[in-house]
Amino acid sequence: MHLKTSKLELSRRDFIRMSALGSLGMQFGNSAFSQNLAPLKQAKAKAVIEIWMWGGPSHIDTFDPKPEAGRDIIGPYTDVVETNVSGIRINSMLPKLAQQADKYSLIRSFTHGIKAHETATYMMQTGRAPGGGEVYPCVGAVVSKFKGHEGAYKGAIPPYIVLTKSHGRFSEEGFLGPKFKPFATGGDPSKDPFLVEGIIAKDMTDQRQRKRRKLLGQLDSLGQHIQGNPEFLSMEQCQDEAYNLILGEAREIFDLKQEPTKLREAYGMSHFGQSCLQARRLVEEGVPYITVNYNGWDTHKTHFDTMNQKMPEFDQAVATLLEDLDQRGLLDSTIVWCSGEFGRTPRIQWKEPWNGGRGHFGACFSGFVAGGGFKGGHVIGETDANAEEVVSRPVYPQDLIGSIYELAGIDPNGTILNGAGKKVPLTLPTEADGRLYEIM
Amino acid sequence: MNPQKNPLGDLSLLIRLCVTCLLVPTGLSTLEARPETVEPYEQSWTPTPVSEIDRLVGEEQDRHGIERANPCSEEVFLRRAYLDITGTLPPVQAYWKYRKVPVKQRRAGLIDALLETEAYADYWTLKWSDLLRIKAEFPINLWPNGVQAYHRWIKESVRSNKPFDEFARELLTSSGSNFRVPPVNFYRAIEGQKPETIATAVSLTLMGVRYNSWTEKQQADLAHIFSRVAFKKTDEWKEEIVYLDPEQYESIELTFPDGESLVVPAGADPRRAFADWLIHPDNPWFARNAVNRAWFWLMGRGLIHEPDDIREDNPCVSPALLSYLEEEFVDSGYDMKHVFRLILNSRTYQQSPIPRSDNPLAESLFSHYIVRRMDAEVLFDALTVLGGQGELYQSPVPEPFTFVPEYKRTVQLSDGSITSQFLEKFGRPGRDTGLELERSNAYSVDQGMYLLNSGEVQNRIKSSFRLRNIIRQGKQDPQKAVDQLYRLILARTPTEEEQATALAYQGVSTGKQMAYQDLCWALINSKEFLYRH
Repeated sequence: MHLKTSKLELSRRDFIRMSALGSLGMQFGNSAFSQNLAPLKQAKAKAVIEIWMWGGPSHIDTFDPKPEAGRDIIGPYTDVVETNVSGIRINSMLPKLAQQADKYSLIRSFTHGIKAHETATYMMQTGRAPGGGEVYPCVGAVVSKFKGHEGAYKGAIPPYIVLTKSHGRFSEEGFLGPKFKPFATGGDPSKDPFLVEGIIAKDMTDQRQRKRRKLLGQLDSLGQHIQGNPEFLSMEQCQDEAYNLILGEAREIFDLKQEPTKLREAYGMSHFGQSCLQARRLVEEGVPYITVNYNGWDTHKTHFDTMNQKMPEFDQAVATLLEDLDQRGLLDSTIVWCSGEFGRTPRIQWKEPWNGGRGHFGACFSGFVAGGGFKGGHVIGETDANAEEVVSRPVYPQDLIGSIYELAGIDPNGTILNGAGKKVPLTLPTEADGRLYEIM
Repeated sequence: MNPQKNPLGDLSLLIRLCVTCLLVPTGLSTLEARPETVEPYEQSWTPTPVSEIDRLVGEEQDRHGIERANPCSEEVFLRRAYLDITGTLPPVQAYWKYRKVPVKQRRAGLIDALLETEAYADYWTLKWSDLLRIKAEFPINLWPNGVQAYHRWIKESVRSNKPFDEFARELLTSSGSNFRVPPVNFYRAIEGQKPETIATAVSLTLMGVRYNSWTEKQQADLAHIFSRVAFKKTDEWKEEIVYLDPEQYESIELTFPDGESLVVPAGADPRRAFADWLIHPDNPWFARNAVNRAWFWLMGRGLIHEPDDIREDNPCVSPALLSYLEEEFVDSGYDMKHVFRLILNSRTYQQSPIPRSDNPLAESLFSHYIVRRMDAEVLFDALTVLGGQGELYQSPVPEPFTFVPEYKRTVQLSDGSITSQFLEKFGRPGRDTGLELERSNAYSVDQGMYLLNSGEVQNRIKSSFRLRNIIRQGKQDPQKAVDQLYRLILARTPTEEEQATALAYQGVSTGKQMAYQDLCWALINSKEFLYRH
């Protein structure tokens, strides 16, 4: 992939107008979008799967267990499991992931210190602290911009897919504008059919689709009388593109029945499990960025009941995803990263109204990276005895995001045009040890 | 589409004040009745007299030999006036009421009536909430209580048609608690809350000038005016006091963007001195910004465009018209409704959307009504024309949670941080910068997928009791049913040709449910429904 350098600076308005014409999946005047960016390095990763554990999963109950810490810190989770990499242990509730530890590297020293969902999410997704009158695009919008809209990917499916609902709490595309918004599928991939919003409709035959499309054309009186209006032309083009998805072959990507039942069951027949399988299918199709939004980790109350329920589902789906990608030879070219916006307070709130809950915690938390040039089988960073503070190798959001960009062939030290057409650095210099070169 | 380079630029730099009385009216004949009208969008006559606006717009059009569009039809006018003034579709019975009014009073009467509705206040409050960045959380942090107080204050100002100078003065000079003195939220809804970012917001919102259009010296001078604005928390949850820093008590010298300097005595509020300077009949920015925005809001394009990018090298298409509107605005006591009325009662506003000129300048010289997709919020409310529910909007963070009752229309939402996939998809502004172009009304592919093929739209059609009533009618009298459907969705009766097309669609003449659903779907997806026209 290469990008031309262009001095042409467009106003946001132009971007918005052009995005209406250009839009999802379709290239439109490639050079017009080119940004002034340092030459790209060889990309190891072709695609990125982000598993976003919305709400902030407890680090101490997943990837950073402290079996000796006592009941007020770890509650019932006194057991850990040895992984297939000697010396690495995780919560025993994650036995399947333990068998895949050679494929991913744990990061136990994520930190940003923020305890509010929005701000923490913004930081983890953009690598920036809010402020300065600028809303930055998140990592998915940036990767899909360089690898999708302006890159090599030319598929009919939009280059940035969210399974199944978008965050909604901040605008993913930031100053890049609406064109770079992810396409959220909606629907439930564990149901048959998976009703991908706007692509696959219930009880709707292709024949009826075609028939009523024709009717729309016949009854579009105002459009027939106003010829050559750029707004209308753009709308017609968008409708044509929408129909390419509605009636074209691309929708078969969302037909999970094409997968062997055994494999589907290995992922788990849950919303999340089938979302992970769907993510793999999208990677095969060449889609450069897929986010699986996994809700339900904001466990203020009765934390352990929820974790007992969620961890097996998480364990099964993610372990199968890693194994499946690996067996298909896709893991080398696909980054899988997994985290929430923060961790949870190690000290358990036993009393009413929490009844054994954990609050928001931004001082340290855990996640993992795998594939696409990230080495597996390592642990980055360390926390203290109660997982309350980072004691070595802090990893800041921009370190993770810069590493992803670099592996995806996007120069993290380059610039990008902001909403006002001004060049701004793609990532900020790090505050500590920087990008994850020890595992890249 | 790229913005047109305007060849009038050399003559019409905005600093130049044209003397309107020297200009001779020309070409009025082309504004008169003309044949070849397109039904059902146009008519050959108009009850509306030629106004000063028409004369001044006409001058510019004539200079370029641009032919004007026909007058719009009564049905188009009714729908347009409802959408532009109130952000709502006309109720089905509105047309019959309208037709009962004598022809000459109809349009002016409707405009006056709509300007007095509650929906008018809601819609224009939405507009100001965008520009003033009303948002509970991120990156503007007004918090829910602040949002409610500020939004109510704006709505009350719009409803009572508070003179715009008073409105601006209150925004600029208020001090106190964000709960008790709502306009102080103007300063709180600014990212960073620093003198530079405050100056940026003031300049953009009240002068229509982007901060980087000023020289560095002007920028520094502007920021200096707000260097004493301070913020402090109280023990009350999310309460914040905006005040003047008492530590900086000594006199302060201010320089305004026009170069005028002034020493504000010790203890006095420099913001007041700025407000006095800004809100003055001779100030070249204040009234211009307001009337140019008013024109942009109703006409779809500013006389200076973008409307919030006023600078010397961004030419105005008709300096004479801009001056005329400014004068009217100042003389009326900064009466926003007066300016709206002038524009709405012009023939220029009441033109057909169908251009009769292919001159590339036609649109920027307002030779026809500019079509634009309905705002996201308006479109959502318009889809409820089929009956059925609005959305249950809520915001789970930050505490206290916000739940919006179902009966509220989307246009009435106060908080820009309330999550809605629909509104995001259809270009609701992020309320991050206060720029007009944050709102995107461009049709996109995912909007296409939503409107053409989503479960939500499908359910809306399937579960519509209004449509069910029409289908029942269709079993007896399909022609009448088609009429009713057109009236409901497009606020007009179908032409004979449309009627024939609809009846020829398989199942319509026999009252088949699915056929009527498809018909309804087609009308919802037509440009005529989705666009203001």
